[in-house]
Amino acid sequence: MTSVPERAEAVRLPIRGDGDLTAVRHQVRALARELGFGLVQQTKIVTAASELARNTLLHGGGGEVEVVRLEGPSGPGLRVSFTDSGPGIPDVERALQDGFSTANGLGMGLGGAKRLVQEFGIEQAPGGGARVTIASWAVSRPAGFGA
Amino acid sequence: MTNPSSIPVLDLGGLLLVSIQGELPDDAAVALQEDVTNAVASTGSRGLIIDISALEMVDSFLARVLAEVAASSRLLAARTVLVGMRPAVAITLVELGLTLPGLDTARTVTEAAAGFGVSIARTGGREEWGA
Repeated sequence: MTSVPERAEAVRLPIRGDGDLTAVRHQVRALARELGFGLVQQTKIVTAASELARNTLLHGGGGEVEVVRLEGPSGPGLRVSFTDSGPGIPDVERALQDGFSTANGLGMGLGGAKRLVQEFGIEQAPGGGARVTIASWAVSRPAGFGA
Repeated sequence: MTNPSSIPVLDLGGLLLVSIQGELPDDAAVALQEDVTNAVASTGSRGLIIDISALEMVDSFLARVLAEVAASSRLLAARTVLVGMRPAVAITLVELGLTLPGLDTARTVTEAAAGFGVSIARTGGREEWGA
């Protein structure tokens, strides 16, 4: 994950049902707007967060999201982490492929979300459970940073 | 007609208009699909216009629902036209890998209606619908 220091406290929200997805989108949108993300960038990270929150719900059996603002060398950023205690992701490579879906999606969730953000990472706990983290910066930086 | 999605499906004389105002929770999106398909069947409409100009985000779930509305309407002999997508939403959908090939699009409700041979004339000094 990124080694950039966090600037402020994290906001944590539960993901237990469909209604929580709306709250996640609102939280991410509000912070992205506050940090000066452009409209396209806001839309991308909100959409990525929506995909991943739904994954947490459908595949992870629910969990939690953490939204953190970051302070990087070239400007503020936004990190969103989704944690669940579900069965985990058995084959990450395959799960990132377009068209791969085990629930009722279009199979664009994980791979699609990755394309929408600047940093993307998956951690898995040995006993099950997954943590997917995304981050983007208000000012674009070269690809390949962090993650 | 009951509308579990609470989104009105307006019958403009053989043309159905659905305008999605603001964010749509998952269950409402699924209910909308049923409402709209039922409305297509009960009215015998040949055309369905879905206005999404108020939507700030369309993720793969909502994209799937929209595509399925169009697919089920097509089976009932109605054509669906998606109207008013915001540029940021279009860019995001393409990057997500969803170009919605089965859905026709138009800029405005007026333009979409014209595609069905229905003319919405300007009256008074108001803006065109969906403009």
